[in-house]
Amino acid sequence: MAADAHVVEQPRIAAPKTSTPRPRVRWFAPRRDIPERAYGGLAVASFVGALLGWLWVSHQGFANPVFMPTPERVWQAALSFLSEGDLWNDVQVSFLRVTAGFLLSAALAIPLGVIIGAFKIGEGLLQPFTEFVRYIPVPALIPLMMVLFGIGEMPKVMLIFVGTFFQLVLMVAEEIRRVPYDLVQVGYTLGARRREILLRILWPAALPGVFDALRLCNGWAWTYLVVAELVAANEGLGYRILKFSRFLQTPKIFVYLILLGVIGLSLDLIFRRFNRAAFAWAATDRR
Amino acid sequence: MRGGHLQVRDIEKVFVTSRKVTQALEPTSLEVRPGEFVSLVGPSGCGKSTLLYIVAGLEDASGGEVRLDGRVVSEPGPDRGMVFQNYTLFPWLTVLDNARFARGLRANALPYDLSEEEVWRRVERVGSLLECMGLRDFLNAYPRELSGGMKQRVAIARALANEPAVLLMDEPFGALDAQTREEMQELVLLVREYWNTTILFVTHDVDEAVFLSDRIIVMSPRPGRIRAEITVDLPTPRTVDDKLSPQFLALKREIVGMLHEGRDTTGARAGILRRMFGTADAAPPPTSDAGG
Repeated sequence: MAADAHVVEQPRIAAPKTSTPRPRVRWFAPRRDIPERAYGGLAVASFVGALLGWLWVSHQGFANPVFMPTPERVWQAALSFLSEGDLWNDVQVSFLRVTAGFLLSAALAIPLGVIIGAFKIGEGLLQPFTEFVRYIPVPALIPLMMVLFGIGEMPKVMLIFVGTFFQLVLMVAEEIRRVPYDLVQVGYTLGARRREILLRILWPAALPGVFDALRLCNGWAWTYLVVAELVAANEGLGYRILKFSRFLQTPKIFVYLILLGVIGLSLDLIFRRFNRAAFAWAATDRR
Repeated sequence: MRGGHLQVRDIEKVFVTSRKVTQALEPTSLEVRPGEFVSLVGPSGCGKSTLLYIVAGLEDASGGEVRLDGRVVSEPGPDRGMVFQNYTLFPWLTVLDNARFARGLRANALPYDLSEEEVWRRVERVGSLLECMGLRDFLNAYPRELSGGMKQRVAIARALANEPAVLLMDEPFGALDAQTREEMQELVLLVREYWNTTILFVTHDVDEAVFLSDRIIVMSPRPGRIRAEITVDLPTPRTVDDKLSPQFLALKREIVGMLHEGRDTTGARAGILRRMFGTADAAPPPTSDAGG
């Protein structure tokens, strides 16, 4: 090529002899990535650190052992639950309550959220009212729930439903609104009718976000479960914690608290795994 | 396939707010004959995109009418395909599913009385279109795995697969780098040779307009209106090398000249800087940024 004639010969610099070029890690730069293994190590370290801190505080003697049991005593309490039957039963009962309330909430909130997000008419009609109800503290509704639904399973499920439903409606609506309007316009120019815009463009585009909202909502459902069981129940994780506290059985309380944390974290991980597997197209750099 | 006949009559656009009334587009008329490639060129604010969106039916006109093959159109429809400036692929669909998205819509359902060969011809067209666009190895890739140029090629294939009477393009290559843009321009000319669809193309790149068009409509802003209409009588088929021919440059100079009218020629801007920093000569030389 004639253009080569204009290229100035560059002095060649010998590459420095390094065995393996190691990328520099900027540990403290905002938003920069760190190695995958370091990230996992930090996560493990946080749990180990918490355990060590707990060991130290409980063995130092400046905390009353009644309120701050040692990890060893909590471990013994956990082992003793294996022979008694209550723990497994409590987990089952609580899990069913959460799941019932959560599924009911999802089944109603998703269609309603889609309507609010897709149609301004729906938004005007439903959004301000939903925002209003959302700000009523859920525990304040317990007396009303008991008057309306008695003291059986119903008020507990309904409390979880009320606690998550209004949040979820607004989150689903927001996910629909976040779909770029460009995609809607392309749909129209390809011949899509309104129904198809809703079902074949807005819905699939918002789906990963909707599932993420479900994940968050499931976490709140567990919070409201404990609230519901603290009041009127005779089994379940929240009820049992209250009962243990009456008899100052703090090691057992700790076992249940840790169990709640483990259940929550596991569900969260399952949701995340599912999200990543089902919506590979939406993969981002976020962890 | 025969392209559609597009007629725009006295289309205008007025924005009314509580404070004031803004005429974005004066009553404008134009015609794009079947198979013709017409570009709208002008600075931002000249109403070229507004006009295109009105033709697409995505925006309402304040007056006037758009006719396609004699029929008044005011809503969006599959007869007017559109390629947008942003990559508007559906991210949850693969390249192939994006390209045949329109086929699954009720409005485009193939009629029952269509012969079997005709059905196959239409289905195969999508495939050969993607292959010609160099996307054969990416049929099952998701949009996030594609480069900007590839995304836009899929978007063009998706619009053409629908066999629209008119293809509307809104600065489709504006976000691409210079090399990719030239590649895409050649591709559009090539596809058009065989597809023969009517194209209305919006750009602010004069080079692009001259290279692609049969006719260029130059618009000017505030209020948006047609300033001139120029027929591009360069021989076809054109290649990128033609961009250096004297006729090409003459046309380009003519259009650029029109667009430059009303610009600052008195040196008022330079005067402001001169008062601030002294003469340009006195400015320190730019520091070389070696190795940047």
